Amino acid sequence: MSSGDKSTAVLSRHFEDLDQQKSAVTLGIWVFLVTEIMMFGGLFAGYVVYRNRYAAGFAEGSHHLDVLLGGINTAILIASSLTMAMAVFSAQTARRRALVAFLILTMVFGAAFLGIKAVEYGHKAHEHLIPGSHFHYEGAHRTGIYVFISFYFAMTGLHALHMIIGLGVMAVLLVKALRGRYGARNYMQVEVAGLYWHFVDIVWIFLFPLLYLIGRHV
Amino acid sequence: MNSEHGHVIGPRTYILVFLSLMALTAVTIAAAFVDMGPMNIVAAVTIAVVKATLVLLYFMHVRYSDYLPRIFLGAGLFWFLILMALTLGDYLTRHLFRVGGW
Amino acid sequence: MSLARASGPPPDYINADYSVKSWLLTTDHKRIALLYLAAVTFFFFIGGIFAVLIRLELLTPAGDLVESETYNKLFTMHGIMMIFFFLIPSIPAILGNFLVPIMIGARDLAFPKLNLLSWYVFMIGGLFTFCVVIIGGVDTGWTFYTPYSSTYANSNVILTAVGIFITGFASILTGLNFIVTIHKMRAPGLTWFKLPLFIWAHYATSLIMILGTPVLAVTILLVGAERLFGVGIFDPALGGDPILFQHLFWFYSHPAVYIMILPGMGVMSELVTAFSRKKIFGYNFIAFSSLAIAVLGFLVWGHHMFVSGQSPYAGMVFSVLSMIVAIPSAIKVFNWTATLHKGSISYNTPMLYAFGFIGLFTVGGLTGVFLATLAIDVHVHDTYFVVAHFHYIMVGGMIMSYMGGLHFWWPKITGKVYPEIWARIAAVIIFLGFNLTFLPQFVLGYLGMPRRYHSYPEEFQVLNVMSTAGASILALGYLIPFIYFFWSMRYGKAAASNPWGAKGMEWQIPSPPPTHNFIEPPVVEEAYAYAEQREAS
Repeated sequence: MSSGDKSTAVLSRHFEDLDQQKSAVTLGIWVFLVTEIMMFGGLFAGYVVYRNRYAAGFAEGSHHLDVLLGGINTAILIASSLTMAMAVFSAQTARRRALVAFLILTMVFGAAFLGIKAVEYGHKAHEHLIPGSHFHYEGAHRTGIYVFISFYFAMTGLHALHMIIGLGVMAVLLVKALRGRYGARNYMQVEVAGLYWHFVDIVWIFLFPLLYLIGRHV
Repeated sequence: MNSEHGHVIGPRTYILVFLSLMALTAVTIAAAFVDMGPMNIVAAVTIAVVKATLVLLYFMHVRYSDYLPRIFLGAGLFWFLILMALTLGDYLTRHLFRVGGW
Repeated sequence: MSLARASGPPPDYINADYSVKSWLLTTDHKRIALLYLAAVTFFFFIGGIFAVLIRLELLTPAGDLVESETYNKLFTMHGIMMIFFFLIPSIPAILGNFLVPIMIGARDLAFPKLNLLSWYVFMIGGLFTFCVVIIGGVDTGWTFYTPYSSTYANSNVILTAVGIFITGFASILTGLNFIVTIHKMRAPGLTWFKLPLFIWAHYATSLIMILGTPVLAVTILLVGAERLFGVGIFDPALGGDPILFQHLFWFYSHPAVYIMILPGMGVMSELVTAFSRKKIFGYNFIAFSSLAIAVLGFLVWGHHMFVSGQSPYAGMVFSVLSMIVAIPSAIKVFNWTATLHKGSISYNTPMLYAFGFIGLFTVGGLTGVFLATLAIDVHVHDTYFVVAHFHYIMVGGMIMSYMGGLHFWWPKITGKVYPEIWARIAAVIIFLGFNLTFLPQFVLGYLGMPRRYHSYPEEFQVLNVMSTAGASILALGYLIPFIYFFWSMRYGKAAASNPWGAKGMEWQIPSPPPTHNFIEPPVVEEAYAYAEQREAS
C-alpha cells in the first residue's frame, strides 16, 4: 500500500524535460555497464586462454572449491536481484515501506554473500591455496592449479569489490528512501542502482560454473 | 513505468524469473556431475547465458527498453567477443608452429 | 538609477564569477574545458622536459649524460606523460568539452557533474603520477611489458600503475558523457547527418574510450596483483604468459592511438572547410570513416606483437587488418584535399597547421603501412623507424591539429585575438623543427638504430645531432604560442562573434559565450553551408 507519494520530480536545468533526462540517465548507466563488460571481459579472456592451456590443473583446482558454498552464494545473489527488482518496483509505485524493506533485504543478501566469500577465502588460506609465498600444493598439475587459484582470487575479488561498492550505493539510497524521497516522479536513482546490481549478479552467474564446476564428473 | 513506453513489469513476473533462475542453477550444478565430455562446458555456458538473458530481459527491463540500450549492450558483448576471438586466434594456432614449450 | 554595470562587458561564462570556488566547483562545460587546458598544458611541458633530456643524451654516441637505468626512466616518463596526460585528453577534454554542447545546440553536456568529476579524477591521477616521477619514476617503458614490470623491475611500477588506472576513469567518464549528449541532447531538427564532422569524430572517439579503456584498467590491476601478491598470470615462472599481457595491453593501447587522432581529424574537417570557404567534400564518407576507424581500430592490435612470439597465423591476420584500417584514414585525407580543390584558401594560422597535418599525417600513416608489412616489421621493429612513425602521426598529425584547433577557436573560447604574425611564424618554426627532429629518425631506424638505448654506434651520430637540433627548434616553436596565448588573454584585441566568417553554431553566439550558451534556441542549418566555388569561366 502506498503511504503517500511525496516524491518530487527533479529536473536538471540543462535538460529540456523529464523524458529527456530519464532517457539520458538510462543510456548513461547502460554505457557504464558496457565498460564493466569490457573490464571483466579482460579477465574472462585470460581465463579462457589458461583453461585451454592448463585443462587438468584448472579441473583439479576447481575440485578444491566448495560447490555447496558456491551454490548457496549463487542462490543468495539471485534472491538479492529479486529483492532489488522489487525495490525498483516499490519506488516506481511509491510504496515507501516496501522499498525500504526490499533495499534492506538486498543489502542483507549482499552482506551474506560477502560473508560466505570471506569464509571461503579463509578456507583457501588455510589450505595454502592462495597466490604468493604461502602457496603450497603437493601433487600433479601444480602450475595449472597456481594459475587457477590466481584467477579465482582475481575474478571473485574484483566481483566482491563491485559488490561492496554496490552495498555502499544502496546505503545511500536507503537513507533517501527512509525520508520518502522516491516515488512515481522520482525513482531513477533506484533504477540505476538496480541495473548495476543486476549486472554484478550476471557476472557471478558466469563465474560460478566457470570456477566451481570444472570437471566435476570425474 | 519500466521504460519510456510505460510498460510495467510486475512482481508476478519477477518471482517467475527468480524461480526459473533458481531452477537453472540447480540444473547447472546437477549437469556438472554428469559426464558429457566436451559438452559439459557447452552446457554450463549455455545455461549461464540463459540465466543472464532472463536477468537482462526482465530484471533489467531490456524486454521493454528503447533500442539504444540494447545496441550498446550488444556492442559490449560483441567487443568482448573481439577480444576473445583474436586473442584465442593466437593461442589456438601456436601449435602449428611449435618448436618447444608453448 | 544604478550605475553598477552601466558600461561593463556583456556577461559571459568567464566574467560571470571570478572566485576560485566558482571555477573549482563549476559544472559549466566551458569552464571545465579551461581547467583541462591548464592541466594538460602543464603535463605537456613535463613530458617535453623529458624529451629534451632524451635528445641531449642522444647528442653523443656514448651514454654519458645519464646512467642507462635513468635513461630508461626518461623515455618511460616521456611516453607516459605525453600519452596519458596530454595526447589522450587534449582535444576531447578541451575542445570537445567546450564545443560539443554548443555545436549540437545544447546548454551543457548530459552529465555536467560527471564532467567536473572527470577533471578531478584526471588531476588526481596526473598529480599522483607526477609525484611518482619526483620520487624516482618508473623504468619499464610506457608499455609496461611483463615479466619485467610484474616481477623484476625495481622502480615504482605499482604507484605509476595506480596513477594511470585513476586517470583512465577520467577518459571513460568523458566518453560516456559525449555519447549520451550526442544521442540525447541535439537541438530539434538536428539529425545525425547535419552534425559537424567534429561531432562525428568525438562520437567515434568516445566509443573507443568506453570500449577500450576498461581493458587497460583490468590489465594494470593484474600487473599490480602480480607484483604485490604473486598471482600467476603474466610471469612464465609462475605459469603465466607474457604475451597475454601484450594482447590485453595492446587491445586498448592500439585503439588509444585512434582516441588521439580522431578528434584531430574532426578539427581538420572544420579547419579545411572554414579556410577554403567550401563545403566539405564527401561528408558522408568522412562521417562513416570515423566510425570505421573506431571499429577497425580494435582489430589490429597484434601488429605491435609481430616478433613477440605470437602465432604467425595471428600475425598474418593482424597484418591484413592493419592494411585495411589505413583505408578510412586515407579517405579522409583525400576528402580534405578535394575540399581544398578550387576553394578560396586563406593562409591563416589554423590553416597552416591544417596543411602541416595533411602532409605529416600522410607520411606517418604510410610508414604505418610499412610497419604493418610483416617482413619489413621484422627488421624495423623496436628501431627508430617506429619512433619516427608514431611521432609523425602524434606530433606531426595530432599536435598540429590541436594547435590549429586552439588557434581557430581561441577567439571564441577567450574572446581575445592572438597575434597572427607571431602565430604564423611559430607554425612555420614548428613545422621545420618537427621535420628536422623526426625525418632523420626514419633513416636511423632503417639503418638499425634500436629505440630505448641511450648509447649507439658512432656512425649514427650525425643523424642524431640533426634530430636534437630539430628538437630544440621544435621546443622554441611550442614556447612561442605558450607566451602569446597568455599575452592575448590580457592584452589581445576583443574578438568578434565570427572572426573567421566560418559556418557552425559556435560562431553564431558571442565570443566568449554566455554561461548557458544560447539566449534563444539555436536555428539548425546544414553543416558547412559554405557557398560552392563557381568554376572560373
